[in-house]
Amino acid sequence: MRTIYLDNAATTKLHPLVRKAMSECEEDGFGNSSSLHSAGRKAKEKLDLARETISKKVFAKNHKLIFTSGGTESNNFAIKGLALGSREKKHIVTTKIEHDCVLNTLGFLEKYGYKVTYLDVDKEGLVNLEALENAITKDTLLVSVIHGNNEIGTIQNLKEIGRIVHEKGSVFHTDACQSFTKQPIDMEKDNIDLLTINAHKIYGPKGVGALLVKEGLGLEPLLHGGGHEYGLRSGTVNVPGIVGFSKATEIIGEREIEHMASLRNQLVKGLKDIDDCWLNGPEVDSGKRLCNNANLTFMYAEGEAIVLYLDALGICVSTGSACSSNTLKPSHVLKAIGLKQEQSHGTIRFSIGIDNTTEEIKYTIDCVKGTIEKLRQMCPYKY
Amino acid sequence: MENYSKKVMENFMKPKNMGEIKDASGVGKVGNPVCGDIMWIYIMVSKDKSGNEIVKDIKFKTLGCAAAIATSSMITELAKGKTLADAYKITKADVAKALDGLPPIKMHCSNLASDGLKAAINDYLVKQGRKPMEHTKEAGSSLRS
Repeated sequence: MRTIYLDNAATTKLHPLVRKAMSECEEDGFGNSSSLHSAGRKAKEKLDLARETISKKVFAKNHKLIFTSGGTESNNFAIKGLALGSREKKHIVTTKIEHDCVLNTLGFLEKYGYKVTYLDVDKEGLVNLEALENAITKDTLLVSVIHGNNEIGTIQNLKEIGRIVHEKGSVFHTDACQSFTKQPIDMEKDNIDLLTINAHKIYGPKGVGALLVKEGLGLEPLLHGGGHEYGLRSGTVNVPGIVGFSKATEIIGEREIEHMASLRNQLVKGLKDIDDCWLNGPEVDSGKRLCNNANLTFMYAEGEAIVLYLDALGICVSTGSACSSNTLKPSHVLKAIGLKQEQSHGTIRFSIGIDNTTEEIKYTIDCVKGTIEKLRQMCPYKY
Repeated sequence: MENYSKKVMENFMKPKNMGEIKDASGVGKVGNPVCGDIMWIYIMVSKDKSGNEIVKDIKFKTLGCAAAIATSSMITELAKGKTLADAYKITKADVAKALDGLPPIKMHCSNLASDGLKAAINDYLVKQGRKPMEHTKEAGSSLRS
């Protein structure tokens, strides 16, 4: 049976061009980029080139790009590194729809006396700029706001948020793992001080990411050792992975974005016919939504059951249902946009990839309709 | 989360005895939409040759995850043909065991089927003007005896 992979927000498949670049690097750039000899220098050249390529992609001028093991490490490093490096300010502002690796890092800092303000979002998942402005005080060390939300696809207005954060004299961090290469990011114009990006959401390898750090921020490293990455992140540098990351930044362009958006729109249009079903997050044509994200609630069907029935038909999607999580807690993002628990149980995220086709989406629409009908026949009553 | 056993997946993909019994002798309604699982167990009670009341027919309707649907399907198989007294003794552990186990996190939240069956039996008894059976704390497996 063929697999229709519609979970590209979870991870993507390594692109052949990325694999080729990585494999070439494994061959002629395998050296330790810290070594003095030719093998080391070759690796160092590739590392420098990758750093430059990725920095240019986000118009970084006065920023250091630090390679990390991925989004989780970059977010941990941005928040903990800044907290450790700045002793005075003890307040952090964030939103209720951040990724767990931001929320749990902040929860960790709360144990050490930091105060965290978790901003509400509206029905579409957007932060209220006035509330943001009011939340920032003289004691605010950092404002961390996710750029493209991983569940409902909401894109925040970086430029406005960055402007407010800087006017109020704080530091701006954004987690752009979902939006990187799909949405324009300009470190200077958007007033971004700390930017988290990674490779495996854009057809690059897993285990590779980066944090861009504004000059002079004074972050403390989390990993101490041989002083790699400007002394901010020690450990022999994963040059082949980084070369793959760099190549991956070239995969999604205008054409790919248009392709994914058009398939996403086809999917949403097809599924909206279903009774008691709706799209969560901003409308598809609002310009406030990631091009490949669709998040829908199907009442009277449970998410894990939907995922597993679709899986049996070859379709890979994910759910915001508590029943599929390790904690049995429903999605905090769906809660933040006002979904009741009984609604979030029936919520499915579809995330389109560059290789999906119209036929696959058509098949998916038919399969989802059949699956929802089958599960609703099993449901005892409507509530 | 831990993967489901083959048995769970079989019972989830092709549940047995899904549906309603019109004019059921008793209906057990457990769970709620907030926690994500709702299970209704329908039973038809009749007497066997020796005059014992047995679960002649049993069906279910369930909203919930794979474990909720699989345990519903399994309880109908375990209870069918049993005397009410024996059916009442079926425990969560029995259901899980018959499914070759459930992921630990699902043992309690989605393993409602034995509660649903007990509720159905008591619904029947109460409708008959009789005393409901008492919920005793689960211990051991009634299938082992």
